Amino acid sequence: MISLEGVTRVFPGRRRGSADVRAIDGVSFDVAAGEVLAVVGPSGCGKTTVLELICGLQAPDAGRVQSAPAALMPQRDLLLPWLSAIDNACLALRVRGVSAAQARAAALPWFARLGLHGFEEAHVWELSGGMRQRVSFLRTLLAGKPVLALDEPFAALDALTRAEAQGWLARALVDAEEPHTVVLVTHDVEEAVVLGDRVVVMSPRPGRIVKTVAVELPRPRVRTDAAVVALRAEVMSALGVPA
Amino acid sequence: MSSLRRNAFWLLPIAALVLLLAIWQVYVDAGGVSQLVLPSPHKVLVALVDDRGTLWHNLKASGTEILLGILVAGLLGFSAAVVIHLWTPVRVSVYPLLVASQAIPVVTLAPLLTLWLGFGLLPKLVVIGLVCFFPIVVTTLAGFETVDPELVKLMRTFDASRLEIFRRVELPSALPGLFTGLKLAAVFAVIGDVFAEQAGSNSGLGYLLNATLANLETAEAFATVFVLSAFAILLFALLSVIERRALPWVYQAKVISSR
Repeated sequence: MISLEGVTRVFPGRRRGSADVRAIDGVSFDVAAGEVLAVVGPSGCGKTTVLELICGLQAPDAGRVQSAPAALMPQRDLLLPWLSAIDNACLALRVRGVSAAQARAAALPWFARLGLHGFEEAHVWELSGGMRQRVSFLRTLLAGKPVLALDEPFAALDALTRAEAQGWLARALVDAEEPHTVVLVTHDVEEAVVLGDRVVVMSPRPGRIVKTVAVELPRPRVRTDAAVVALRAEVMSALGVPA
Repeated sequence: MSSLRRNAFWLLPIAALVLLLAIWQVYVDAGGVSQLVLPSPHKVLVALVDDRGTLWHNLKASGTEILLGILVAGLLGFSAAVVIHLWTPVRVSVYPLLVASQAIPVVTLAPLLTLWLGFGLLPKLVVIGLVCFFPIVVTTLAGFETVDPELVKLMRTFDASRLEIFRRVELPSALPGLFTGLKLAAVFAVIGDVFAEQAGSNSGLGYLLNATLANLETAEAFATVFVLSAFAILLFALLSVIERRALPWVYQAKVISSR
């Protein structure tokens, strides 16, 4: 589904004469169809660059990036305040030329599944942070791309809402009619272990892959489960943080 | 907000106005100022009532010019902002010219326009258009610039064309800017219209201002200015109401961020 081979991305220095910034350096990984790959790393390790390369928003300076079409889910929900909740969720469908009625019919069952029933016509500012993130996820899911590129989707949520969000995300990926391949960028190690089939650990800038951890645990996973905690510790130590 | 503070919100500007008018009245009465130099508020009020027919007649003429002028400037200004936003070469080449156009002294241009275009509606529309065009372009462009680059990236992963991104994201984002420009234009247009009418006209409040001042009817001139100001405030308020109705999210965002 996705294949990165020795991918390097360099940004020119901001000011004249300042050194170029090597965001990621020789990053290689493959993601199989239907797999959930979690990418963790400290701030500024080029996680977002990896996602944008997969989405085709950037081109690598060296190496090769191949990916099936991907839709992005940004960190901030970026919902359009002039559209209702359901019309926001339908955005990608409308862009594709689907009629308003058909797009709404496609989104409606998802509102019930994600606990948004009754909020279809709500204004964006009437939704809680967690609800906004659900609508934002739905917008990306309904784009109908085989790959979902999630960029720290729950970073802005409080701890309780985030745990809840990880729950509905896991369920939604199971419920979706067609299986999705997911690249989940996060700095929350627990989130990576709970949601990912594999966890790729990146180093600080320039971002390199320091470790890949397979999470071969049954779903749904409980964050307090001993195996989850052990993997979390493994990933933490790969990041250089004593567990 | 407590009801006391809410009432104060409405009462304060009225109280300030009343106080100003009282000081003015006392100054004219007690200071023995000639009514030709500075008419008292009372005299202005009398002129307002006595001349209401003339004022209304001329307000209709000026109001038509101002509304049409803002409409023309709004359409042209918004279109120009769209073109400038979409095509960088246009931005680079035309924007400096726009700034220059705003620096043209309308006071000297207005008589020339009368010479070229006559005493009719057209020279007024040109003057109002010139005065209002620039603020509308600038504020609308500022509206386009509020679009989050992340949102554009998101739209691109949805395979949105340039046109789709413009239609669904950029255009709605620019509307608050357009309204800001229109509200500025409402005030500028009133001033522009007076200039245009003073340069050559046989009706309108600017014409009336000229005529009354020439006859040393100072109270009548003040009454005319009062009507002009009231019209500008009315227009501004009307645009604010329309904005709140048409773009409810702008107001909501403010309410939430101030919580």
